Amino acid sequence: MESLWVAKTGLDAQQTRMTVVANNLANVNTNGFKRGRAIFEDLLYQNIAQVGGATTQNTENPTGFNLGTGVRVIGTEKNFSQGSALTTGNTLDVMIQGRGFLQVLQPDGSLAYTRDGSFKVDSEGRLVTASGFEIQPSITIPADAQALTIGLDGVIQATLPGQTQPTSLGTLQLADFINPPGLQAKGQNLYVETAASGSPQVSDPGQQGVGTLIQGSLETSNVNVVEELVSMIETQRAYEMNSKAISTSDQMLQYLNNNL
Amino acid sequence: MDRMIYVAMSAARSAQQAQTVTNHNIANISTNGFRAIRSALDSAPVPGQGLPSRVNTVAQPEVWSTAQGASLATGRDLDIAIQGQGWLAVQGPDGEEAYTRAGNLRINPNGLLENANGRLVLGNGGPISLPPYEQVFLGEDGQISIIPQGQTAESLAQVDRLRLVNPPAEALMRSGDALFSLRDGSRAAPDPNVRIASGQLEQSNVNPAGALADMIEMSRHYEMTIRAMNTAEETDAASARLIRLNG
Repeated sequence: MESLWVAKTGLDAQQTRMTVVANNLANVNTNGFKRGRAIFEDLLYQNIAQVGGATTQNTENPTGFNLGTGVRVIGTEKNFSQGSALTTGNTLDVMIQGRGFLQVLQPDGSLAYTRDGSFKVDSEGRLVTASGFEIQPSITIPADAQALTIGLDGVIQATLPGQTQPTSLGTLQLADFINPPGLQAKGQNLYVETAASGSPQVSDPGQQGVGTLIQGSLETSNVNVVEELVSMIETQRAYEMNSKAISTSDQMLQYLNNNL
Repeated sequence: MDRMIYVAMSAARSAQQAQTVTNHNIANISTNGFRAIRSALDSAPVPGQGLPSRVNTVAQPEVWSTAQGASLATGRDLDIAIQGQGWLAVQGPDGEEAYTRAGNLRINPNGLLENANGRLVLGNGGPISLPPYEQVFLGEDGQISIIPQGQTAESLAQVDRLRLVNPPAEALMRSGDALFSLRDGSRAAPDPNVRIASGQLEQSNVNPAGALADMIEMSRHYEMTIRAMNTAEETDAASARLIRLNG
């Protein structure tokens, strides 16, 4: 009986949506996290009765009749709206104000992209992410550097002992994509380029429409907890209704089996 | 066996189909821009010899609810909800124009505007190409304007206009791939009166309470048709007893 399977597609879809909502809620305190949402689409329609087809030997169907086959999730889409700023006062914390991603060198030598600007310095003085992956272009901070500043335009300067003028240590660059939701989320706050995202356009912060850098702040997750909770309630109720649909179809079959 | 059992069978079959339609509506309760299908049954008298006493049940042609779904504020620039009647034109899988009310749009890597399923959104002259932008605005009448990348609000540029149409509901049919198209295969004329709201999405227009009530009603209707089949069987058994020779 197909109505059972139709309702089952509804259960599957709501289950997926619940996973997306749970992932958003779980990452409510993850720096630079972008919330996702599940996008649904109705499945193909079965042509049950063609126009003019015979319903019995002597009657014909005046018009067609399409039977739907349920729903599917066609994608989970990330929302790249700006998260709010968390002022930490930490010299190595950077928030991107506007579009763009920081470039990160992965252990396999390929590039990944992140909005999480909580930098650390590794044992060799290189600027790395919280997971220890090196930031590109590579920047090395001398061990005796003092008064490190990261400008809006990405220029990193430090005053070295015995000098009065700050020394430039390099410039952080940002990569921008034409379709950021097309990036593939890899976990660890990293995204990788895909055919859907387009290729990265690298530029200095503040140029070509990419955002500027703000030192001493972090971009918090853009998850709206209230919205996610409402979404969770809605998902649960929709799940229950689909489950009710399955049990009703089941009861119909049971009645048929018991009474005929 | 009396023919009444076939009449009851046609009713049971239609009730099963109607239940499938209801379950399809419930499954799509979270599908943006989904139009609920109204299942209705129709009587189909069986002409022929004897009195016209037999009336079979057939499912009525597909009718969908034109009610407005609730708007969900998402705040995303490229989400649109059509206010009142109207449709957004997209390019169907066969290259022909098709219509949808699902308004979660995005930009593909080639800079073209597409919907969540990758169908190109149509403007005044075919697919809409958006140059790199700082910000995009979708006006109430579907006009798209952008602030080009690296520029300020003074250089706001108009790009194209969404192709919004409003053909009468009876001229539209649901094609197999969840899009709508005109029955005669033509293209609907743009309607300047269709209004959209950006930053919102239209939710499914399935009425949950109505769908549950439909489901209960159809399941009881189904039980009655089976009861009728039972009665047909009992009647048949009784007449067989009556004419038994060694009574």
